[in-house]
Amino acid sequence: MTGAQARADDRMADVGLVRRLLIRPELGAVVGLVVVFVFFASQSPVFRSPAGIANWLDPAATLGIMAVAVALLMIGGEFDLSAGVLTGTSGLILVTLATRFGFNVWVAMLVGLVVALAVGFANGLIVTRTRLPSFIVTLGTFLMLQGINLGVTKAITGTVQVSGLRRAEGFEGANALFAGTIEIGGTSFRVAILWWVLVTAVATWVLVRSRAGNWIFAVGGNEQAARAVGVPAARTKIALFMTTAFAAWLVGSIMALRYTSVQANIGIGQEFIYIIAAVIGGCLLTGGYGSAVGAAIGAVIFGMADKGIVFLGWDADWFKFFLGAMLLLATLANRLVRRYAEEVRH
Amino acid sequence: MILETRGIGKTFGSVLALRDVSMSVTAGQVTCVLGDNGAGKSTLIKILAGVHRHDTGTLLVDGAEVSFASPREALDRGIATVYQDLAMIPLMSVWRNFFLGSEPRKGLAFDVAKARRVARDELRAMGIDIRDVDQPVGTLSGGERQSVAIARAVYFGARVLILDEPTSALGVKQAGVVLRYIARARDRGLGVVFITHNPHHAYPVGDRFLLLNRGTSLGEYGKGEITTQELTALMSGGAELEELAHELERE
Repeated sequence: MTGAQARADDRMADVGLVRRLLIRPELGAVVGLVVVFVFFASQSPVFRSPAGIANWLDPAATLGIMAVAVALLMIGGEFDLSAGVLTGTSGLILVTLATRFGFNVWVAMLVGLVVALAVGFANGLIVTRTRLPSFIVTLGTFLMLQGINLGVTKAITGTVQVSGLRRAEGFEGANALFAGTIEIGGTSFRVAILWWVLVTAVATWVLVRSRAGNWIFAVGGNEQAARAVGVPAARTKIALFMTTAFAAWLVGSIMALRYTSVQANIGIGQEFIYIIAAVIGGCLLTGGYGSAVGAAIGAVIFGMADKGIVFLGWDADWFKFFLGAMLLLATLANRLVRRYAEEVRH
Repeated sequence: MILETRGIGKTFGSVLALRDVSMSVTAGQVTCVLGDNGAGKSTLIKILAGVHRHDTGTLLVDGAEVSFASPREALDRGIATVYQDLAMIPLMSVWRNFFLGSEPRKGLAFDVAKARRVARDELRAMGIDIRDVDQPVGTLSGGERQSVAIARAVYFGARVLILDEPTSALGVKQAGVVLRYIARARDRGLGVVFITHNPHHAYPVGDRFLLLNRGTSLGEYGKGEITTQELTALMSGGAELEELAHELERE
């Protein structure tokens, strides 16, 4: 036995460390993060100053909250195209109820949360019951929500935006908690960054240290096999859709409280950005693989590029080019990793 | 005797999938179910595993008649099935797969340390030499995957282990590895049902042999009552093979 054990350990040494590093889903994103940071930081002193960091961490935070939730959903094998518009819906509900119907801000937020979770639940229920691709189902909810956002806002206000949240009751407290800033060493950072860190930490814990995490990987990897060993696949997926909806509510509320007004067309097109950030973070489009930290890093790369291009005084159009290039590179890297992980050795 | 069927049968619409089959599974013994494609092997094991309900005859567990409504019920009676296409997730690690659906808990959390340790110890106890329980199941060979699935069933308290063609997709060496784990499970006191169409895999490890052909039983034999040659002849219909030999001879 000792002989066999020693032999086993020898073999572990050859493949173990390199393989374990290569197989981390975040690897590509970390490399990308370093390259992008060095690139912008070397050219722009503002970019690497504390104020600059606070500046590019802010878009990274709001995008990151969504990207992390979307990453969990993608690891579970599904997409949510309605996530972007749902941030708008949540924000619109909050501002409309607080300004036109005299609701307390906290109550209005609660109503927004209930509606968002209901949308997530509906998405999940339809996907698991009908077994239609979530791409189609959530494309349907995406269009429906887009219509509702515009239609209802126009019907109530006669314009395509609602504003005036600042005067609503309970605004100060909610604003401080969700849209405030904190001073660190003379630089003020958005409190959204803390929410983002918290969401990433909780998501990571769930993924790697909870039973639900095991189920998420399993339903995304092979739903049939997961069900065969007793994993509640439908419940897991519905919970994931509701998690994405929760994140959409959180981000929608943060934005509404920050700007005190919401455009009825906000969030449209963002759903793809979330998916791209998750993919850059190592999520496979086919599910069953990825990480929350990776998605958060993907969001940082976005934030850096978004603001960095402005700091360098380039035309913002280059951002789109950058986005496409990152996506292609990340997908190629992911495919290599997957092939490496799945190769059968005889 | 843990598991027994008496004159069991199943029809799907107008198709007679299985008719009047009797067999038994004893603790610490291997019952081989042999037959060509379409002989009714899968129908039989699906009845034992609780996937299908039988139409005629009786199914007994510990001598009492049962009728399983779901695989879960069969599992609760200690009857575990390892299917050919294995319930394993290729991109997940060995230990995550090992405990999938029955994760040990520590407070609210998944007791990861325990899962890793138990998976490693259980595999070692079965004599399965896995390099690293953290590696994805997809990197294991076919034989290793079968072995992990067997070890998992043993750990979760199976008394009867049903193996659906565990060796059919494997090379000679890998098949030997799996046969060794079947013997190991048997030695730990499990009753094993080993489905195969290869008499050369069945004979060395089997104690009893049930032969199926076109949905009916050609009889259940003890090891002393039959030889490999006879098994092969019975399975394929000896006359048919001879005919084929003639047909293929050079003119």
